[in-house]
Amino acid sequence: MLDLFLTPFSEFEFMQRALVGVIAIALGGGPVGVFLMLRRMSLTGDAMAHAILPGAAVGYLLAGLSLPAMTFGGLAAGVIVAMAAGLVSRFTALKEDASLAAFYLLSLALGVTIVSLRGSNVDLLHVLFGTVLALDDNTMLLLASISTLTVLALAVLYRPLVLECVDPIFLRSVSGAGTPTHLIFLGLVVMNLVGGFHALGTLLAVGMMMLPATAARFWTSDITMMMIVSIIIGIVSGIAGLLLSFHLELPAGPAIILSAGIVYVASLLIGREGGVLWLAWPGKHLEA
Amino acid sequence: MHKPSTAIRFDEVTLGYGRRPAVHHLHGEIPSGSLIAVVGPNGAGKSTLLKGIVGTLKPLEGRIRLDGPSSEIAYLPQAAEIDRSFPLSVYDLVAMGLWSRSGLFGGISAKDRTRIEEALSAVGLIGFERRPISTLSGGQMQRALFARLLLQNAPVILLDEPFTAIDAKTTADLLDLVRRWHTEARTVVAVLHDLDMVKRVFPKTLLIAREPVAWGETLDVLSADNLLKARRMVEAHDPHAHVCQRGAA
Repeated sequence: MLDLFLTPFSEFEFMQRALVGVIAIALGGGPVGVFLMLRRMSLTGDAMAHAILPGAAVGYLLAGLSLPAMTFGGLAAGVIVAMAAGLVSRFTALKEDASLAAFYLLSLALGVTIVSLRGSNVDLLHVLFGTVLALDDNTMLLLASISTLTVLALAVLYRPLVLECVDPIFLRSVSGAGTPTHLIFLGLVVMNLVGGFHALGTLLAVGMMMLPATAARFWTSDITMMMIVSIIIGIVSGIAGLLLSFHLELPAGPAIILSAGIVYVASLLIGREGGVLWLAWPGKHLEA
Repeated sequence: MHKPSTAIRFDEVTLGYGRRPAVHHLHGEIPSGSLIAVVGPNGAGKSTLLKGIVGTLKPLEGRIRLDGPSSEIAYLPQAAEIDRSFPLSVYDLVAMGLWSRSGLFGGISAKDRTRIEEALSAVGLIGFERRPISTLSGGQMQRALFARLLLQNAPVILLDEPFTAIDAKTTADLLDLVRRWHTEARTVVAVLHDLDMVKRVFPKTLLIAREPVAWGETLDVLSADNLLKARRMVEAHDPHAHVCQRGAA
């Protein structure tokens, strides 16, 4: 029985690499996802994931399946779309969600068109769904760097991020940290999505960010604990997905996200903080 | 120690949104240590004025000069602007008041903890420390926000409709804090709708209806004539409004 869990990781190097990759993605993506959720920006993460596609595609068009070219392209496209959506919402009547939707739809269409110009369907699938079972040294280094930078940046920005969520006007009245914090946070979102996209593809990268975070919300109302729980859920989902992929010959990226989805549905049902069962049967009321 | 006599000075200030003025050509000053109410009908520009003072809204014209940096202002916005669903404890909400001392990284010392407990005690929220803010009633939330103001220990305090939908006991308790700030020579500017309370507690009043209607001793300002003038304010924007020439040389 133990062999079922251990052998794939002890015997096969590609599984070991995939394991390191998903742990790195969970470490950075989990806490970022928690803040996206608390800032009611969950769909912004989804939109940003689509927005990085044309940049990665241009990198691919110029240099083929090259890690630096696609990473740089993805980062550039993500930052441009985030800034453009922010500026449109700040200076026009359109709200940020609507302007993001417009930009990400444009980006997705542009990205798929660019990839189709040169590549085959296999290349397109690679960009859209990633290759978690074929992570090379450089990609692993990139994922580890992104998660390290993310954890450090969140430690520095923790206070203004929380203040920006709960009472942005108070933050603006006591400090000018609000706008830089927002921009750096968007930068972290883009960075983690670009990291996730190498392993899981542009369409699924956001899954490792949002599903563990939304599942964690059903277990605790403490923000620090929420980030820790989301990391744990991310790692457990990653391991479960890799094992499912190995034993049942499923595509690894979707298997990981499906595993995270199962944890989310289970948390939704039985989570102590507002789970369906606790709401349906709260127990007898207290004296005071 | 010499204390400057003016806390806030308005130099022909116009505040607004787009090109539409919400506060039009306000001129005057609020002396340090004043306890002043800002009253007027809905849409008169009262909240806009506070946003201008705290610096979150830049004037369309004119200037607002403060005696100290704007970070020395404690500002209580309308409660509706706070995300009550955020998973935050009462203790952490109140501790935000230490921002000017602790900043990004500063820890909370034993002395700070004592001050947080004193602030919670002053507003009657001992025992609520670990409660999530989502479980507080409107009055309890307002008590917590007053505790945060206490911790900010600012020389200028701005309150935007602080007693709206608050019961009589909580209002009385929080008014005691306002009086205490006044005796400590802090400048308190409060947007209010209850004119009886204004007459009872606030020695000075600014009555605005987009334009300043009257400013001075409360009983003089709240005369029947002035209140009638304020009530005649037209809330809707004039679609054919011309460019204002008042500030032009």
